[in-house]
Amino acid sequence: MMSRLLQVTNLSRSFGGVTAVKQVSFDLEDGQILAMIGPNGAGKSTCFNLINGQLHADVGSIKIDGQEVVGLKPRHIWQLGVGRTFQVTATFASMTVLENIQVALASFRKKARSPLRKLRNLFREEAMELLHLVGIPDYANLVCGVLAYGDLKRVELAVALTNQPRLLLMDEPTAGMEPAERQRLMDLTSRIVRTRNIGALFIEHDMDVVFTHADRVVVLNRGEKIAEGTPGQVRQNDNVRAVYLGFDDASS
Amino acid sequence: MLGAALVVGVLGVFIEISLLRRLYHVPELFLLMATFGIVLILQDGTRWIFGAEDLLGPRAPGIEGSVNIMGSLMPQYDLVLIIIAPLVLGGIWLIFHRSRWGVLVRAATEDREMVSVLGVNQARLYTGVFFLGSFLAGLGGAIQLPKGGADLLMDMNVIAAAFVIVVVGGMGSIIGAYLAAVLIGELSAFGILIFPQSTLIMMFLVMAVVLVIRPYGFFGKSEARRTGSEDASLALLQPASKKLRLLGLIFLAVIGLLPLFAGSFQLILMTEIAIFALASMGLYFIMGPGGMLSFGHAAFFGGGAYAAALMVHYLQTPMELALVMAPLLIGLLALIIGWFCVRLSGVYLAMLTLAFGQICWSIVFQWGGFTGGDDGILSIWPSKWAADKLVFYYLTMVLSLGGIIALRYLIFTPFGYTLRACRDSALRAGTLGINTFKYQWAAFAVAGGFTGLAGGIYVFSKGSVFPDEMAITRSFEFLLMVLLGGVDAIMGPIVGPAAFIWLHNTISRIDFWQFILGIVFIVLVVAFPQGIAGFFNQRFGRYFSERYYQEG
Repeated sequence: MMSRLLQVTNLSRSFGGVTAVKQVSFDLEDGQILAMIGPNGAGKSTCFNLINGQLHADVGSIKIDGQEVVGLKPRHIWQLGVGRTFQVTATFASMTVLENIQVALASFRKKARSPLRKLRNLFREEAMELLHLVGIPDYANLVCGVLAYGDLKRVELAVALTNQPRLLLMDEPTAGMEPAERQRLMDLTSRIVRTRNIGALFIEHDMDVVFTHADRVVVLNRGEKIAEGTPGQVRQNDNVRAVYLGFDDASS
Repeated sequence: MLGAALVVGVLGVFIEISLLRRLYHVPELFLLMATFGIVLILQDGTRWIFGAEDLLGPRAPGIEGSVNIMGSLMPQYDLVLIIIAPLVLGGIWLIFHRSRWGVLVRAATEDREMVSVLGVNQARLYTGVFFLGSFLAGLGGAIQLPKGGADLLMDMNVIAAAFVIVVVGGMGSIIGAYLAAVLIGELSAFGILIFPQSTLIMMFLVMAVVLVIRPYGFFGKSEARRTGSEDASLALLQPASKKLRLLGLIFLAVIGLLPLFAGSFQLILMTEIAIFALASMGLYFIMGPGGMLSFGHAAFFGGGAYAAALMVHYLQTPMELALVMAPLLIGLLALIIGWFCVRLSGVYLAMLTLAFGQICWSIVFQWGGFTGGDDGILSIWPSKWAADKLVFYYLTMVLSLGGIIALRYLIFTPFGYTLRACRDSALRAGTLGINTFKYQWAAFAVAGGFTGLAGGIYVFSKGSVFPDEMAITRSFEFLLMVLLGGVDAIMGPIVGPAAFIWLHNTISRIDFWQFILGIVFIVLVVAFPQGIAGFFNQRFGRYFSERYYQEG
């Protein structure tokens, strides 16, 4: 059998006595978009941080392209072609938008160590292309600190694309945006993911976004996977209805 | 004694209300500078009121005698002290865990905003904490009076010890602080028996060992890591615009032509400023783009000076070679020290650099046979061709400005940006394949090397070197110079030392000059919270910018 892009098997992690993620398994193929949903505290972000290498799993296996990554650091996982965006945006606040991309590109092209040439002139066009791609070329010379939250999310997306990833992990890519902008950003993301044949895993609370864009959905509750399937299947699932009716009106 | 403690407590409240309260919005480091100013003022104030002589404390009435414990005489007073300390500890613990006020204080340190949302008057809370802290410090000073008397140099010793103990115990842990104090006290006492030379460094050795093994002290919790983005105070570093470059050229021309107009005193002053500017640039590189606070920078500066002096003294190394070797050797030293320090962050990192700085200092100070100890190393003069004051002036300028420009250039290379990326968001840097430790470590070593060069030039300009060049005071002076210039401004490390040395030279001829210097510091902190160069950037920056960066 061909190895899948991402294969998560029996993943568990607990903090003290609390089990945040419990025996979760799912997988993802190239060019596919998988949404992870669930109420607050369901273990979605923990799951992400495990795949990304920020946290280490207690038990279980995570394979990217067939390679076991449990125990690797984020920077090693990045080398395997994983791009990541964060729930609370993490950009370099003392740099301009363009410089944020340039410094990421410098790392990807193994030029980050160079003490001889100025960064300002390196990878400029490539960085601009990425900014065009995510729709914020006009903000190139703005300091990240002054951007609106939604625009920062776009910067994050561009930064996550700098290592030409095969797998994109997006933690609430549309949080803090108005509904129309959410759909625009996710349209854009879908387009990028499909044209570049990237596999994307994203956490999302907005069910409209999930049902419009995801190929498949994984539902977590209290650390456990309670459902998985196409958006249609998940919508009909009794477990999901039980969980969501109590917590959320499923279309916030 | 309680009276003394109360007086000090009230003095603390007075300082807090009149000055510090206005400064809570400025970065913590500047607060540190303001408190340093207060120390200077109080020191001279004390000298003015009580005179410069040491005061001997009276024996405590009623407990003058001694008790025979297992064949050795113990003064009764010492026994009383041994009892008082745990009582104070118990009292504080009760205040913080059982009283409403104490619980509020602990809540406020956890989450300021939430507490203020709950309608608590924070200003009063902080004033209360300040009172308690000052009260305890006063009490400590008062009850040790019958044992040791009082002198004007108590402050520096006590500050260092108090810092060390709090950090070793783990910040935020009162019991940890008590245990650390007992541990360090015992080790110092027994250290004298086993290894008499160890007294000066024992405390710092303990701290170094503890921090290497337990990065947050005995009971400290890891500080929340900055994720970036939210902190808009991180300033943008701009490449020089054409106008600024022109200004720089004019500045260089002035320096080049200065000997035509200035007397030899001014030239010596300029030489000193240039050397200190290079060393400050080294510290700035660590603190600004590197985001690492160092309290032990004098180790690299003094280290460079000693490296050069020892080579000349023992190996008759020519000046040229010594000036090449000093930065390399100190770069190596920084590589070793950095390997331990860079793993930590924030205050813990700063304290570990302080510990290493003190260890270096005490090696030089106490290894008299090799380094000359307190007497220093004398008659280290430049090579013949550079012996002339004027030639040496130009040599210093070329090396110092060259070093400064090189470090400045480095900030704009991919290396410098990657380093800043590690500071802005270690989390993001990690997910971009950047090994943050390696970059910060390398930055530490590079900055150390350039500072070593500054030390090397310094020794040839003075002709001698003494352990003072490595002492805490020197480290603090570097810190002040960088802060005075501004941590977020690349020109800071030139402006800061210039202002500092000029001030120092002008004021130190007046009696009670420390008092005035202290006031000047406080005024500077209040007037220029971003440092002098930072202030000019903010005020006049737009005249020089090429609109390369737009404001939001």
